[in-house]
Order: sequence, then C-alpha cells, then structure tokens
Amino acid sequence: MELHINGKSYEVHAEPDTPLLWVIRDELGLTGTKYGCGLAQCGACSVLIDGVVARACVLPVAGVVGRQITTIEGVEADPVGRRVVDAWVRHQVPQCGYCQSGQVMAATALLRETPHPSDEQISAAMVNLCRCGTYNAIRAAIHEVAGQAGKSSTALNEAAGAEDTGRAQA
Amino acid sequence: MNHTPDAPALEADEEGFPTGDPANISRRRFLTSSAGVAAGAFVLGVGLPVGEARAARAAAAPMPAGTRVPAFLEIRPDNSIRFQSPFVEGGQGIFTAMAQIVGEELDADPSTFIVENAPAGNDYKVLSIGMRITGGSMSVRLSYPTMRRLGALARQMLLEAGARQLRVPVSELTTEPGRVVHAASKRSVTYGQLAGVAMDLPVPAPDSVKLKDPAQFRWIGKPVQRLDVHDKSTGKAVYAIDCRVDGMLHAAVQHAPRLGQTVGGIRNEAQVKAMKGVHSVHRLPGAVAVVAERWWDARRAAEALQVDWKAPAADSTARVMPADFSTKALAAQLERMPGPGENAENVGNTEAALKAAHKQVSATYHSQFVHHAQIEPPSALARFNADGTLEVWLPNQAPELFQGDIAKRTGLAPEKIIIHSPLLGGFFGRHFLYDGGTVYPQAIALAKAVGRPVKVIWSREEEFLRDPVRPMAVVRFRAGLDANGFPVALEAESVTEGPTEGIANKRGDKMDPTALEGIAGKAYAIPNHRIAQVYAKQHATLAYWRSVGNSMNDFIYESFLDELADAGGKDPFELRLHLLQGNARLTNLLRAVGELSGGWKRGPYIAADGTRRARGVAMASPFGTEVAAIAEVSIEQGQVRVHEIWEAIDPGSIVNPAIIEAQVNGAVALGLSQVLLEEAVYEKGMPLARNYDMYPILPLARMPRVHVRIIESGAKMGGIGEPPLPPVPPAVANAVAHLTGQRVRSMPLSRHVFKS
Ligand code: FES
Ligand code: FES
Repeated sequence: MELHINGKSYEVHAEPDTPLLWVIRDELGLTGTKYGCGLAQCGACSVLIDGVVARACVLPVAGVVGRQITTIEGVEADPVGRRVVDAWVRHQVPQCGYCQSGQVMAATALLRETPHPSDEQISAAMVNLCRCGTYNAIRAAIHEVAGQAGKSSTALNEAAGAEDTGRAQA
Repeated sequence: MNHTPDAPALEADEEGFPTGDPANISRRRFLTSSAGVAAGAFVLGVGLPVGEARAARAAAAPMPAGTRVPAFLEIRPDNSIRFQSPFVEGGQGIFTAMAQIVGEELDADPSTFIVENAPAGNDYKVLSIGMRITGGSMSVRLSYPTMRRLGALARQMLLEAGARQLRVPVSELTTEPGRVVHAASKRSVTYGQLAGVAMDLPVPAPDSVKLKDPAQFRWIGKPVQRLDVHDKSTGKAVYAIDCRVDGMLHAAVQHAPRLGQTVGGIRNEAQVKAMKGVHSVHRLPGAVAVVAERWWDARRAAEALQVDWKAPAADSTARVMPADFSTKALAAQLERMPGPGENAENVGNTEAALKAAHKQVSATYHSQFVHHAQIEPPSALARFNADGTLEVWLPNQAPELFQGDIAKRTGLAPEKIIIHSPLLGGFFGRHFLYDGGTVYPQAIALAKAVGRPVKVIWSREEEFLRDPVRPMAVVRFRAGLDANGFPVALEAESVTEGPTEGIANKRGDKMDPTALEGIAGKAYAIPNHRIAQVYAKQHATLAYWRSVGNSMNDFIYESFLDELADAGGKDPFELRLHLLQGNARLTNLLRAVGELSGGWKRGPYIAADGTRRARGVAMASPFGTEVAAIAEVSIEQGQVRVHEIWEAIDPGSIVNPAIIEAQVNGAVALGLSQVLLEEAVYEKGMPLARNYDMYPILPLARMPRVHVRIIESGAKMGGIGEPPLPPVPPAVANAVAHLTGQRVRSMPLSRHVFKS
C-alpha cells in the first residue's frame, strides 16, 4: 500500500485493517502522533485526512490509501498549522505535552474550517482530552489565531500574564 | 505532577523505602548512561577527551550530592548548556525551573539550557531529605539552596578558568550572562570558550561560594518561557512510549482479570502463535504476553488469548483481589467498621465538649477510587547489552529507586542497570513504584526470554485494569457548636487505608500521614478535636494521586465545615475568618481570594445570562503551601456547571509565576474532574471502566474560567504542583449545596440530579 503523508509517499506493509496510528508510529517511525485510548475517545492520535481531523487509532490503513494525510510532523508546513503552533508557544499551552500533538491537529482543522470560531464552536470542536488541564490556554491560543483575542465576551484566561493574575507581596 | 507523600511522610517512612543505593557509581557510568548523549557529555567542555586521571579522581572521591559540577553541566562551545536534572519533567515545568535556578547563580540565560533527566546516581540525590524523587511538590522547595549553589560553584570554576586565560586575578573578574568579563581591560570570554579549562579545575568547597541577593535576581521569580513548549507543540517531545532501539520487538499483554491470579493454561496458544506477525507467547506473573514485530499485531494476538487463570494460593502474602470484591460492598463495610481508631490528633476533651455543646452536628462522608488516567499509557523498553549491562527506558519519578528494584528482580548489580527516564506523558502520581502496576518487569523478562530488546505497551484497557487507585474512605464527623453558633468540638474518624499503607501492603510503625492529611493538621481554632484513623484494608492496589490525601480529605473536611456554618447560622467565609483569627497568613489569603472574586458573595443571585448562581469557598494547606478557592456554579439540566474558579495561592516565595498559573489551571481541571465526574467502580473484583468511554474525565467544554492570585508571603517555600487542587472540589460542593439545598457528601456530583 502507498500512503501520502506530509507530502511524501511511503510504501507500507501492514495488514490492511491495522489502524493508521500504528502504521505511522511503528512502521514509519513518526511518533509525534500519540496513542492514548485506541477507542476514539481521547484524540491523542488526531491526524488530518484531506484536511479534516480524524482519529488514527480507529482508522484502518487501507481506507486512507490515496488520501492526503497530515501528521503533527507536517503541521508547520500548513499555514494555519504554523500559526496554531506559534500561538501554542506564545500561550505556553503544553504541560506534559502528551495530548498536544492531537490538540494542535484538532485546532488546525477547526481553524481551517472556521477561521473565527465562537466559544461554543471551540467547545464543540475541541473534544480532545487533556489530563493536565491546559484547556483555557488552548481556548486562548485558538482565539488568538482567529484574531479574536480580547473581543470575546469571555475574558480570556491567558496562559501567561493574564490581567487577572495578580501577585501581591504580603 | 508530583504525587508522592509530602516530605514528612517520606522522612517518617524512609526506612521502609527501597532506595536501591548504588554503592559505587563509577565515572564511566555517567559517561555512558544517558540516551543520545555522547561520552563526555557530563563534563564541562564536551568534545575534549576525558582524562583518565580526571575520571579516576571523580570516581574515587565521593562528594556531597549536588556539588559535582561536571555531573550536571556541560557547556558547549556555542554557549548552550546541557543540564542533567535530578527531577523528571512531567508537565510541572521543573526542567524550566531548574534552568532558572541554576542559570541564575551560574549567570546563564535559562533559554540556553537543554535539560534532560539525569541517570541514576548519588550525585543527584539533592533533596534535603537525602534522596531523589520527583514528587510531593518537593523538587524546588527541598533542593533550592543546593541547586543555586551548584550554579554558583560552576560560575566560580568558570571565573577561575577566565583568570587563567586572561591572566588577571580572579578578584578582578565578574560575569555577564554566558561570559566572564574583565571590566578594567574591557575583555571578556564566553563560557563556551572557557569550559574546556574549567572542567579540569577542582570543584570549589561548597561553602566557599556566596549566593546572590534575591533582590538581584534576573530570572528567578519571572515568567520565563518554558523550554519544552515548541517540541511539545510539534510532536518532537519523546516519551517512554516513543523510545525505540535497533532490533527491538514489541509486546502486548493480557493481564489476569484480578491481581494475584496466575496463568493456568492457554487454550488457543497454537492458534495465537500462528497469527500474523507473532514472534512468541510468554507466561508472566499474572499475565500472558505476546511478542511481535509490530505492537498492533501483538495487541490483537494478546486480546485473542484464551487463558485459564488460577486463583492465588491461599497463603499468598501479596495483595490479591478477591473475586467478590466491589466498591459498593467496600463502602458498606467501611461504614460499619467501628471507632474509635487510632488518634492522629487529640486536643482538649472532645467527648466532654461534644456533650456540653449547645448543638451537635454529625455527618458521614465518602471518598471514591479514582484513576490517574494520564493520557500516556504505561510502557517500558528493556535491552540487555553485550557488556553485561541492562538498559531500561521507563516512566519513573525516582531512578535510583527503580534501579534498586530492578537489581533485586534480576540479581544484577545496580551499576549494571542503566535507567533512562524520558518525559512523562502525565504525572498525577502514576509513576511511583507500584507492585503489579508497573510495566518494566514484563519488558525485562521478555527481553531476556527472546534475546532481543523488547518494548511493552499496556493498552488503555490493561492500564485501567492495573492502575492503582486513590483510597476510599468513610469519614464520620461529630461536632459541637456553642450558644453563639461557633464550633467548639470536632471529631473525625476516617475509616480508610492510607496510600503509603496500601503500597507497603501493611501498617507501618507510625500512622500513615497520607491517610489523614487534609483532615488532620487544620489551622482552624477549634479548641477540642480528635482526628483518628480506623485502618481498613481495601484489596485494590492503592496509589498516590495528585495532592494525595488532601485531594479527597479537603473535600470532606471543608464541606463539613460549611455544614457547621449553616448549622450555626454563620456565613462560611466569615466563619473561616473567625476560626483563623490571629493567623495573619491565612487571613490574608482568604481575604485575597475574596477580593479576587470581586468581594465575597454567596448568592444565590441571577447572573447576566439569566442563570441562577451561587458561590462556595474552601481552603487547604497541602505540601507546605496555602491555598483558597471560590467557585461559582449554576445548575444546567440537573447537572452542575462551574463558571468561575478564583484561587489564591501562597507558596511563600516563587520561581516562575507563569508556570504556577498553569499548574493552578491544571489542578482546577483535575479537581473539577474528580468532584464532577470521576469514580472507578469495581464489581466482581474488576473495574467496570476500562477506557475513557466509561471513565469520563473533564473535557474542554466543562472547563471554567480560572483566575489566579499568587501571594509571596515570604514564608518557607512550599510546593506548586499538588497544592492548588484540594480546595477546588469542596468550593464547588459548597456552592452547589447553597444553591440547591442538596448537600452531597460524596463525589462525583454527576451521580445526582440537582434542582436549581
Ligand atoms: S488514541 Fe485515538 S482517540 Fe485516543
Ligand atoms: S498537556 Fe498533558 S495531557 Fe494535555
């Protein structure tokens, strides 16, 4: 089977029903895409298939032959992905970082589809789990990419330097 | 982040702690034992041959932990600095904090640091309690002077080298970030240029260097950017699950349904061996493993195994899970177990004061089993090398501890065991040494059996089957109020097994402080109180979970305190202020969180969006830090919606306010997750949930806004990772109780339907 990943072609030999996740991680050594649940529950394995976010842990590899696959390793080649990564760094989003490949892919897919998402749209689209609780930083970073930072009725809780973070000397 | 007992717990427990002390760490091991680091990496001035004499000298002379500069720092010609961290990074930001602390005294910009987790070795046991563990929010607060001094020692070595190079007395030299400067002649040399000479110098006497005046700090106390954020945003960060070596095979396991069961027979072994990609099938203690060229093939085959499991031997001393165990039955059993238990605190005459009280209040609270549910499933990679060494890549929070355990299991000398500690894909207490809850014994056994390196990954389902859980507790309260409605007596009997007791599988000589922390040690002035534990073994394997005992006990205590306020006709915020009279630090903290929320108001009130809301308050004193939180909630279709969390945190003094704010956010998320959603339910000896579908954790859509105020009171430095969690669940429960009139005395609140 031939796969198109991040603009390159790869010949792979896995069984056709092997989930794409394990082909890209084990056979191709692209370990940026993570395994968390294997059940389409957590989103750690999120990749883009023809620009749409998908969960690679439940996607048989045979089904994506001939499609354009983007993994986290290729995200910065996408102009939206690049801005998402920049915003992730500015907002210092990751903690342990394990879920963040998937978060970045999900945010990239959202912003490609909906350049100016509302809070509700962000809540609906960003369903990837983060056990470290980076959700407010994720929301703020997405708003920033959308150019909406500060405009939202929701006061954004910036990862660093939030206005309502005070330091007091006692 | 850091989820092991607090310092006193470790101190109290140190004897029973397997330290795995390698008696004689040789210099050579430093040079060979770090992933991807060339020999010489641990000396200042990499690239220069390491002199035999230096190596011998280094090996021969034991030095106090945290002083052997070349074991920690490599300064490269381009002025980048590779730092071997005694602490593992699991999201808490410790790599960045270490770069700030060491960089401050070294006079080197933290952004020039490349940080990795140091190999096992005595030099890295830098905690003031004489050991090395990343946990209990201890890393910074118990190594701060040592790590500052390390940076100062390295700076001194660079100054000496600079004096030789510039041929001036060292007293005429100063430093600017990354360089030694001779102001008089306007000359300077970069650290990178000096490192080669500096490494040949002896490390100065530890007390010969002077630390900076904190007023001069350039990086400590500033929101320095984290070092790992770009890598973690682009998939480049490497976790244990990502590690690979040449010739490696993959393995998956099927665990026995219940801990303690052993493999009887495998009914379809021949068929499984014939499955595509399968290399071999192996019987392990309490599990069957399939080794394959690819993990997915191994996993599919492991799931297909039909194993007959044998009951544990009747005389088994290991912890075993009974076939009829259920969390429901355990809760009922805990409720029935009588007091008085063993007292942790007994002040005044509680019984008499209760009798004499104007009004008595009693209530029973429960805490639930919860999973760590870190998103990275556990894994381990083992490789036996031709030179007789064994290398293991594994998630862990104490390399020497795991090295010692592996030595015991394999019979190898500790110095033959090379521990690699990659980034942790979530911390939360999961990466301590838990019997039956760790992967590396399987990886080692399989690597040995097949004669090739093997990486074992537990599927999420196998992880939830073996993840050790936070203990259950039933806490019975009785309290007495005086005629003015103020509490004068409080009795708490917690029927539970502490996590440390559970891990040891026995009671220690002393009480387990992690069982009662959050109920014991309260700052409130209640003149008569008795706090006791009724020891009750729980069968399930137990673990530390972020903020350990506090994470459940503060929910319990702070909820009951609101019940006392209501019973006495007091506002809960005012009652806390009253009980903290004379305690300036906590009074200030509570006032600060009130102010942060725009002034304390309990509600209920109608918000701008038309929802009816109320607020709750709670406090906690975990891991040397003081915290207070206010939650604002409403009810949406019978379920709790949390809109805002305001939290004030006083860790005494701080290193990085941006990381603290991130940690507060993360702790709020985890605290909300456990109070709103989480419970690991067992039936017939097995957890019902084997994946996130049945064990929901907080999603983005339920994350409230979080407002943080950091207070530097100047008190002794406290922890950061664990402390912000405990006040969050009770603040929410207290708000819900006030809004709905329904006082829920157990978590999670999702088990109830609320009317607003
Ligand atoms: S690993 Fe695919 S959604 Fe969790
Ligand atoms: S950053 Fe750790 S799980 Fe999201």
